[in-house]
Amino acid sequence: MAAPTTPAEIGGIGHSVQRKEDARLIEGQGNFLDDIDLPGTLHMAILRSPLAHARINGIDSSAATAIDGVLAVVTGDLMDQHGLAWMPTLSGDTQAVLATDKVRYQGQEVAAVIATDPYIATDALEHIEVDYEELPPITTPQQSLEEGAALIRDEKEGQTDNLAYTWETGDQGATEEAFAQADRVVTLETHYPRSHPAPLETCGILADVNSVTGQATIYMTSQAPHAHRTLFAMVAGLPEQNIRIVSPDIGGGFGNKVPIYPGYVVATAASLLIGQPVKWVESRTENLISTGFARDYYMKGELAVTDEGRILGLRVDMLSDQGAFYSDAQPTQFRAGLFHVVTGSYDFPAAHINCKGAFTNKAPGGVAYRCSFRITEASYLIERLVQTAAYEVGIDPAEMRLKNFIQPEQFPYETATGFVYDSGDYPTALRTAMDEVGYEDLRREQAEARAEGQLIGIGIAHFTEAVGAGPSRTYDIAGLKMIDSAELRVHPTGKAILKLGVKTQGQGHETTFAQIVAEVLGIPANDIKVEHGDTDHTPYGLGTYASRSTPVGGAATAVVARKLAEKSKKIAAHLLEAADEDIELASGVFSVAGSPDRSVTIQDVALAAYTNLPEGMEYGLEDVTYYDPPNLTYPYGSYIVVVEVDPDTGVWEVQRMVALDDCGVRINPMIVEGQICGGLTEGFAMSAMQWITFDDDGNCIGANFMDYLVPTAWETPRFELLATEVPSPHHPIGAKGVGESATVGSPAAFVNAVIDALAHLGVRNIDMPVLPDRVWAAIDAAS
Amino acid sequence: MFPSRFDLVVAQSVGEAVEAKADAGEGGRFLAGGQSLIPMMKMRVAFPETLIDINRIAGLDAIERANGHLQVGALVRHADVVASDATFGAIAAAAPWVADPLVRNRGTMCGSVAHCDPEGDWNSVLLATGADVLAQGPNGERSIPIADFVDGAFTSTLGEDELVVGLRIPVPSGRSGGAYLKLERKVGDYATVAVACHLELDDSGAISAAGLALTSVNPINTKVADAEALLVGQQPSDELFAEAAELAATAAEPRDDVRGTAAWKRQVVRTYTKRGLAAAVQQAEGS
Repeated sequence: MAAPTTPAEIGGIGHSVQRKEDARLIEGQGNFLDDIDLPGTLHMAILRSPLAHARINGIDSSAATAIDGVLAVVTGDLMDQHGLAWMPTLSGDTQAVLATDKVRYQGQEVAAVIATDPYIATDALEHIEVDYEELPPITTPQQSLEEGAALIRDEKEGQTDNLAYTWETGDQGATEEAFAQADRVVTLETHYPRSHPAPLETCGILADVNSVTGQATIYMTSQAPHAHRTLFAMVAGLPEQNIRIVSPDIGGGFGNKVPIYPGYVVATAASLLIGQPVKWVESRTENLISTGFARDYYMKGELAVTDEGRILGLRVDMLSDQGAFYSDAQPTQFRAGLFHVVTGSYDFPAAHINCKGAFTNKAPGGVAYRCSFRITEASYLIERLVQTAAYEVGIDPAEMRLKNFIQPEQFPYETATGFVYDSGDYPTALRTAMDEVGYEDLRREQAEARAEGQLIGIGIAHFTEAVGAGPSRTYDIAGLKMIDSAELRVHPTGKAILKLGVKTQGQGHETTFAQIVAEVLGIPANDIKVEHGDTDHTPYGLGTYASRSTPVGGAATAVVARKLAEKSKKIAAHLLEAADEDIELASGVFSVAGSPDRSVTIQDVALAAYTNLPEGMEYGLEDVTYYDPPNLTYPYGSYIVVVEVDPDTGVWEVQRMVALDDCGVRINPMIVEGQICGGLTEGFAMSAMQWITFDDDGNCIGANFMDYLVPTAWETPRFELLATEVPSPHHPIGAKGVGESATVGSPAAFVNAVIDALAHLGVRNIDMPVLPDRVWAAIDAAS
Repeated sequence: MFPSRFDLVVAQSVGEAVEAKADAGEGGRFLAGGQSLIPMMKMRVAFPETLIDINRIAGLDAIERANGHLQVGALVRHADVVASDATFGAIAAAAPWVADPLVRNRGTMCGSVAHCDPEGDWNSVLLATGADVLAQGPNGERSIPIADFVDGAFTSTLGEDELVVGLRIPVPSGRSGGAYLKLERKVGDYATVAVACHLELDDSGAISAAGLALTSVNPINTKVADAEALLVGQQPSDELFAEAAELAATAAEPRDDVRGTAAWKRQVVRTYTKRGLAAAVQQAEGS
């Protein structure tokens, strides 16, 4: 990797600067939503449906209302009187805020109690009587689309079946032609199960509406505070200048804190009606059963290949389980997110993708769990499929990939589904990872072990992501273009404040974004305060998810810093009595070309910006930039996993995990590695243990951390990290974003490793999570 | 998560605790480590009207050997068992597999025994090694053999007015070994399947006493008596252990659930019984 250009005391790009946010978080001085207390705060608890599908014949809340300390019981009828019983979703559907007609999933919001303390509010829930008339629950999308299935969305005008959407992309004709030329067609059918981002801090809100001024200050666990402000204004009809969203320290988001949830709307309405602040913080179970889940795609992929292992085309047929409402958080134009990145890292001319989504009696809110809009599913499918094809054709899975990679000289490369990959060197990445893991030796050891009855597997995934949404011509969410912003003010003493439209949930923005400014202006990173999350005090942006902060907000930061560098050079020229064009800036020192002794520092320039300016120049040293990226960025990586499978029990253990990531220029290598380790852990979780499932009655299994498994350091394998660094040619500092790479890329590597251990038995698929009983059953069935 | 309203009594002696329980009746629950009770209260699965906190009672926190027994007081935490050098065989093997370090720091061995969760580890271990549960009630102390104590899922033969004050576990005098093999989905999870093994050898190397018990594969921790009977008097061998493993697999009647299929769980019982007995005999031969 390139050496840093700034000294350590400045801490620009490439320095592993210690995270500025850690001290306060480690010492208990963070400020999370539930830490915020306002005088007169009331507490809200939500009554949720115990049934997956039922008609509501009546709600009697009189006993609950009579309890001392209960101020109000809010029902759908009350919300309806204010036009708020239903709300729009981010995918153009509508979602019930509080149920008025039916409940459509277990855990759906039915009523809310507002009380003086959370114990009383929770007690009161037990005294609300709801008269349910049970309806047949639909728990799979296959059932849902069967002829005669009960209509889940009977309230929706024009809806006569349970189809949520259809979407297709690619070139069907060209794909059929490719399949006609193929020596063989390799098929893989697999389910990417429903999972949940499960941030350690659950979602919550403290809504404080001033009954006199109408000013609504809304503290909220929000990954996208500005977008949420605008949506609140549109949905609730509040004047936008009266809404201030404050997103405090956030204990993890992973996409779960992108949507607007019914609880937010009810708490805000309650504060408005009662005139006191109302706080609602989800319990763990509420978070797991009702808020944005992820995945749940049934995928059938087919590859057209030649006998030499050359890929000619790809066909995908998909069915997604949307739950009761279509409320995916995703760009408007794309009904299955960016799934069409499914062509992966490979050079082939034709692909066609056909997908549909079905309503079921399950929680809604398909969010991208640490994933740029369905890219995780896409990456998983192609990497599993290529591995399957290698077995069918009879060549090594690594060789299969090397044979089909997009070559370095082909960039920018337009894929069969229309993405234009910016840069990369895939063969070098895979070969480097193979060398590190000792691939050839491992294949020999594997053969020897098999002879002894031992099962060793080597799994590869070489993923390519599309992140950093996105260019305004293509990308918007609910009509809001996916640009982002940065505002930079340099104070007279040479210190600075940087205000961002994006919002950290643990990614380290307060450190890395300061480093971008340090790189450009030479102000030490530790002298730069980074502010974000408060919509009254930061410029507009679409928020932090889909690995977009560095590609979009980071670009805005670099551009605004460069604007100030230009002005600073003029001030320096004035101070040094030199021509503007002769001034050179390096690590915070402005010097005259050819006379390095004549110099001033950025601190001198900052003071001069408020005290001693060239004639005609406006005072101050600050600016704001809105960045509209010209393209997405395309990080990639090569992951290799080695597992050993116990043939007697199906239990598998990871022996090695080598992860090479190329995310372009690394701003803070330590933070990048932290992101990768976290993402690999989540990828391991999904492949090995993590899923939310339902019984036939629609009861959610996975409603707490006893059933929804989050791995600890004990079960998480050790990761060996490697890097290459091919910059993004269009990003101002060459960075591509990395927050989600490892979650996207690693599940296929883990699963491929287990399949590889059993491949000689003819095993080609085990659905995630790859539980030991499934492995044992696969061995048993094969032998 | 917010529990429903309850009263709290902080007992300073066993006598006070037992008296408080008599006063509270059915709605009273003892609180030791609280690692099962408090989560159940948070989820509003348990609604005790009175909690009787026994944590301040002096003299219940000892784990020690006396008169050929391992004695464990009601306030001995799982972590104390892990750290103790008074333990042996299956007890020592199982202790680090109980829950996770956080739960082990607070949760008690006696509390776990009294809770009688069929997915709990300790009752299987004690069914294998043998143990007496010491219970104190208004009429004094009595001793209940573990096999009589464990009555069903979450039910024991403890009287409603009694408090478990300790355990008395016989320490083998000759060569012995034990094992506890537990398959869990992650640290802190209940066992998917676990097998407790306890073997004692006589001078000839033959098995003189055997204990074998299963966790999570029946509605109750299960002592595999026919396998134990098969083992006693025999010289240890792979064939013998395979035969015992078949009996263990037959004794297991697991259910299909999110942890796995019944057929597979039975296979794990079979495998772990073989491996557990082999580990136990290896330890005994080295002792």
